[in-house]
Formats: sequence, C-alpha cells, structure tokens
Amino acid sequence: MPQPSPSPPQPPNQALHGLAIRDARAEDMGAVEEIDARITGLAKHDYWRHAFTRYGGRADRWFLVAEHAGRVIGFIVGEQRAWEFGSPPCGWIFAIGVAPDRRLGGIGSRLFEAIVARMGAAGLETLRTMLARDDTLNMAFFRSQGMMGGPFIQLEMPLPGALPQPRREQGQPEPPLQPEKGREGP
Amino acid sequence: MKLQKATLFALFSVLELARDPGRQMSAGEIAEVYGISVNHLAKVLRVLGRAGLVEAVRGVGGGYRFCGNAKRISLYDVIDLFGDIVTDASEIPGPAGTTEIAQALGRVLREVDEIAVATLKSITLATLLKSRRWHEERRLEERHTAVSQ
Repeated sequence: MPQPSPSPPQPPNQALHGLAIRDARAEDMGAVEEIDARITGLAKHDYWRHAFTRYGGRADRWFLVAEHAGRVIGFIVGEQRAWEFGSPPCGWIFAIGVAPDRRLGGIGSRLFEAIVARMGAAGLETLRTMLARDDTLNMAFFRSQGMMGGPFIQLEMPLPGALPQPRREQGQPEPPLQPEKGREGP
Repeated sequence: MKLQKATLFALFSVLELARDPGRQMSAGEIAEVYGISVNHLAKVLRVLGRAGLVEAVRGVGGGYRFCGNAKRISLYDVIDLFGDIVTDASEIPGPAGTTEIAQALGRVLREVDEIAVATLKSITLATLLKSRRWHEERRLEERHTAVSQ
C-alpha cells in the first residue's frame, strides 16, 4: 500500500545547513515520538516520556536530537553499559531515527558523530549496538560509520508461559506508517 | 564461507573499479593486479556488465568502468549475481533430513546462513572501500599505543 509522504524529500546535504545537535528536552518528546511512529508504525507515547526521564540530562546516558529551522528532525539515544559478561565499560546506542522526509541529508551521521564524541569524552573506547537481523537499513548505516560485528552474540528464547509477541517476518510488508526504505539508513 | 572463483573475481573487479569510478581498467589490468585468469575474468565482467554494475568503454585506452551506485550496491547484490548464496543449503538432503537430529542440525546451519546473508546485505561497496582506511587507522593507533606503553 503506498504511504503518504508528508513533504517532499530534501536534496542530499540541504538539511546540514543550520542543523543543530543538542541534548533533548522534555518538549521534544512529541516530535521524537512522531518520527519513531513514522519509522516503526507504532506510536509509543508512554515509552518516550519514560525514556526521556531515564536518559535525558543524565551522566553516562545521552539523548540527543537534531533540530533544523525550529523542528526536531532526528534523535539518537545511548548509554554506558559495563561488565555484561565481562565487557568493560562501553557505549551503547539503542535508538536512532531521522524523519523520513529528511533522510539522505547526513543527519543520522551528525547524530552518530555527536553521541560518539560524548561517549569518547566520557572515557569510553568501544561502541556497541544491537539490531534485528533483517534491519538492513540501520545495519548498513552503522556499518557505513565504521561499526563491525563484535565479539558478543545475541541469544534469545521464549519465556515459559509468555504470550507470543507479534513479529514481522522477513519479506512481510512493513506495518502502516512505515516509509519506503532505502539502504542508506538514517 | 568460501566463495566460488567467479564470485570472488566479480567482487575484486567491482571494488577495484568502484574505488575510482572515473578510471577505466582493462580485464588484463585487473587480472594482473589480482593475479587471476584474464579469460575467466572476461566472462565475469560480461555478467557484471549485463547487471549494470560496469560498462565497457570502447576505443584506445578503453576498458571497464564502474557505473553503479557504490552507496546502494551491497556485497550480497554482487554475490547473488553468481548464485553463490544458497539459502536452503542448510536443509540436510536424503532420508536423514527427516530425522529430528538432522532437522536440529539444519536449524543451526540456517542460523549461520542467515547471519552471513544479513552481514553481506548490510555492507555496501562504499562501506567496504572505506573500511580499508578504518582498518589502517586502527592498526596505526594500536601500534602507537603499544609503542607508548
């Protein structure tokens, strides 16, 4: 099903002029929620309010947004994690999003560079993240920034008695609100 | 993972040409750089040409030129042209394949295949070419750290 496009995509790099990367504020959460909902197809109002409480303005936790012409057009969230199965302190990115109509402008790269700089300033030497195996868009983005497969492997199992979670299988269409994916990532 | 010769030659050619899209190289020049058969390479280049990844340039100084988008084409896209990724290879053939043990083994092999495919799909030609620089920078940094300790 064709998805509505709220505004025409910007030419590459146009968004870079006047782009500011800054710490997120509580009033940004509406825009962050909207961007995330357009990408994932799921609105998570409570999740983003809670995420701001947990990650906004904290030491060793980073919640940054990209702002252009007074509009929040991207976000990135990460934290420091330490000693998970022997892993020395490292930076983790667990969310990144750029408004679909503002992709290809280098905004994801600017957000990534900003959080990497903050993590580096905090004394961290390694950055990690975890992605769905079929999330080629984000995986290609992180690889294009220099990330590679690391020494840890993610494992999972269903918990006994747990209700099955809806899971999008490879090849299935994205949920509603999901814009067409390119390979270049955020 | 072991790739067939043709697939490997295709990756060599596409990456060698994509590192400088303005440059033309003959099959002989590419073959010389990698020490591979020029006849075999010529066949591979024809496949790449039909796929729109390289184009032949006629005339004096002619050769092949990269004409794709290095930021969009993944390693998987090139490998897939040669049918070198068989996703049902983890199915154990024959009567043994119906046993519980063989099916359990098949699930493990399928997991390995899926990770390999996901990796190859996520690495574009541009990223692979950039990774040479990152590797060198990290190597120099490690050497610097070792010297200063």
